Amino acid sequence: MKQSRFWAWVVFGVGAAYFLVPLIATFEFSLRMRRGYYSFDSYASVFADPKFQATFTYSAVIGLLSIIVGILIVVPAVYFVRLRMAWLRPYVEFLTLLPLIIPAIILVYGYIRLYNSSSIIPFTGSATGTDILLTFAYVTLALPYMYRAVDTGMRTIDVQTLTEAAQIAGANTPQIIARIILPNILVAVLSGAFLTFAIVIGEFTIASLLNRPAFGPYLQNIGANRAYEPAALAIISFIITWGAMSMINLLSRFAPPHFCPDGLTHGPLP
Amino acid sequence: MTTLDTGTTAPAKKRALSFEWLGVAPFIVFAIMFLILPTLYLVGAAFVDEKGGLTLANFAGLGTPQIVAAYWISIRISGASAILGALIGLAIALALIRGKLPPGLRAAVMTFSGVASNFAGVPLAFAFISTLGRLGLATVILKFVFGIDIYKAGFNLLSFWGLTLTYLYFQIPLMILIIAPAIDGLKKEWSEAASTLGATPWQFWRYVGLPILWPSFLGTLSLLFANAFGAIATAYALTGSSLNIVPILLYAQIRGDALQNPGLGAALAVGMILITGFANVVYLVISARAERWLK
Amino acid sequence: MAPFLNVENLTKSFGSNAVVKGVSFGFNKGEFVSLLGPSGCGKTTILRMIAGFESPTSGSITVDGHDITHLKPNQRQLGMVFQAYALFPNLNVGDNIAFGLKIAGMPADQRRARVEEMLKLIGLPGFEKRYPYEMSGGQQQRVALARAIAPRPRMLLLDEPLSALDAKIRVSLREEIRAIQLDLGITTIFVTHDQEEALSISDRVVVMNAGNIDQLGAPHEIYNKPATRFVATFVGHLNTIEATVVSASSHQVDIDGQVVTLPSLPGGAATNAPISLTLRPEVLSVGERAGADIMLTGTVSDVTFLGSVIRLRVALGKNIISLDTFNDQRTAPPARGDAITVSLASKDLLILN
Repeated sequence: MKQSRFWAWVVFGVGAAYFLVPLIATFEFSLRMRRGYYSFDSYASVFADPKFQATFTYSAVIGLLSIIVGILIVVPAVYFVRLRMAWLRPYVEFLTLLPLIIPAIILVYGYIRLYNSSSIIPFTGSATGTDILLTFAYVTLALPYMYRAVDTGMRTIDVQTLTEAAQIAGANTPQIIARIILPNILVAVLSGAFLTFAIVIGEFTIASLLNRPAFGPYLQNIGANRAYEPAALAIISFIITWGAMSMINLLSRFAPPHFCPDGLTHGPLP
Repeated sequence: MTTLDTGTTAPAKKRALSFEWLGVAPFIVFAIMFLILPTLYLVGAAFVDEKGGLTLANFAGLGTPQIVAAYWISIRISGASAILGALIGLAIALALIRGKLPPGLRAAVMTFSGVASNFAGVPLAFAFISTLGRLGLATVILKFVFGIDIYKAGFNLLSFWGLTLTYLYFQIPLMILIIAPAIDGLKKEWSEAASTLGATPWQFWRYVGLPILWPSFLGTLSLLFANAFGAIATAYALTGSSLNIVPILLYAQIRGDALQNPGLGAALAVGMILITGFANVVYLVISARAERWLK
Repeated sequence: MAPFLNVENLTKSFGSNAVVKGVSFGFNKGEFVSLLGPSGCGKTTILRMIAGFESPTSGSITVDGHDITHLKPNQRQLGMVFQAYALFPNLNVGDNIAFGLKIAGMPADQRRARVEEMLKLIGLPGFEKRYPYEMSGGQQQRVALARAIAPRPRMLLLDEPLSALDAKIRVSLREEIRAIQLDLGITTIFVTHDQEEALSISDRVVVMNAGNIDQLGAPHEIYNKPATRFVATFVGHLNTIEATVVSASSHQVDIDGQVVTLPSLPGGAATNAPISLTLRPEVLSVGERAGADIMLTGTVSDVTFLGSVIRLRVALGKNIISLDTFNDQRTAPPARGDAITVSLASKDLLILN
């Protein structure tokens, strides 16, 4: 018994070292901008960069739009599939798994070829059109997580009974979704939203290939041209991701039992 | 009564039905426009030559040494980071859940795993450059404190092992997140039953514990493989286009500065879909089997 | 003769919470004993200490003269059946039953023969290749029983093995377990919170309450002569009548205005003091009965039809008692509001402290 605990500590210690050393090293590196002593100069330099502000704002706005569009698409679909169209379920689940099977770079390649300026729907023909396409692309990226979050949320509240109770009380379908279902799965939806934000905020591949002034390509550009700012940006990004995940953890405390936020932060668990 | 019934319920039913479709329609339209059509388009394009005729030449083009090498190194990096990530992730998860470590530790590690598994991409590359780059903290400490010059010893962050080591930063946490519920699914009574039947802890793991985890392990392994195979941002930020892996090759092709052949690009993409698709099918099949057991 | 299983002064505390508070008992070889009590009474903890999953805070456990208190579970040679079956889901029925044999190093052909014998014993011949998930709960639990007894353990421990099953299967399986136990003559400890289960299949029953043994005895002793009020209420139904002593010297008490004479009074009951009288529902009869020396009148406040038996609730005044009467198909059952006379023999009153 003692021995098993010893090895458990060894494994844990080695793992902890692997995960903490890069964070410590990056933080240390980010403080080295001024020769001779530690300073927060690199952070000051990052925050003072107007491009940082512009790209971060841009990505945050696109992220929020993606969350809203994602909720509008996913919530009614999950609701009706759970309620009356159970036969559709396997197909819907398969579709939501596709973004994990098809790498992002392939999806965006398809978008560029399919929705170019000479096609029927020329998304990439204008800046606004490309912004919309980017939003939809991010909705796609986050779809597996948003779907799973909402689906888990609805599983824990027994949609069928709630709907029937609301119908007997005289509510119609839009009222039921907006006033009964949505408030009850709010925690789940918000969890999906924060996860979407964490995925989208520093996304590089799609934003770069669609040529949008987003935070991800900005990060890459800084990395190629500066020495200390990338380390500061890595720490900032880590804090943002950590913040989004902490929000999910925090939210799960308000969720009904059986709701498992761990289930949202990873891939296709059927 | 009967006539009355049909008179009132039929329209009501029709209205409910249209509501259902109205609710599901946005999802379906979205999936077709942004998942199905783009993929099918690329698959189609892979069979079309530059003049618009049907051809298999694009797939033949995948046989060029540069592309074969790209696939091979991609498969090796994804395979190595998946296998190592799965083994190390399993070991850490087992240590946490079964190793009698303080319970608070588990919650902390799970939260951290949620963060680290999503901390991929450009910032992760920065972190590893700060750590194991030529001027990275770990490199410098190893050199000046321990006298080990890892770069002289042949290590390079911009290489197979460097990239694998970096990928492990999101692969291990992903493994921990997915395998932890499976380890929780190992009932305490199973090990107790085994011990009353005379089994040592090792015999329990050998005959019961690990065989039960095996499908989840294999399934997650294939998921990790697909996860690494499609990843590009980390590798691109780390190596620029100097490391020749498939996603970077495809990225360059899309930017218009390589291959010079859209059909070949499409074939490259189809090859990637086939590989990640295969890995995910393996995952789904195996995890369905594991679920059947644990019902 | 020294008992086969001897438990001496066993205690177990989790932190400051004492779960088992100094328990001693001895069971004979081949005996089927139930540990009965509500959840949290310490019965499962005792079983888990015997199995070796928990180490006692103090005290000792000996089996067949050997002190096993500090042995690891896998060195104790005990068989155990769990509430949730706990079959290994990755192994088929045959491999599950053979698990202990394989660990013990029994050759494959002997293992096969033993598995076949066990499957016949539990009435599931030909199930070797089935997997646990393909079987019903009752079947799984029978396989779990076979797995536990296949290595011929020194003792069989059953931890609420029937709780997860449907009512009908519960009854048939408990009879089967008892038959197999008698057949093999294996010393068995059966933990349950279901008094009917414990009374129906045990040689002896240990009634546990808050970490202590309240009573240890044969089922009929436990039921007919409960040692404490807890045992009386936990095992079977019990009526409690609040009464006042009219005269301590002549044993007269007042029950809602009706004065009756008792053969004796609980120790120390003084005139005008309140006392409670307890009695089983079945000692009460409707109307006058031969041998009954106490008659009470009241009003029927509730009638519950249970098939062969009709349970009546009778209000004597403030006191409401329940009693069972056989369903006589020739007469209509009493109705709510009917005036009724009930009788009992004063010797059937339980005098409890």
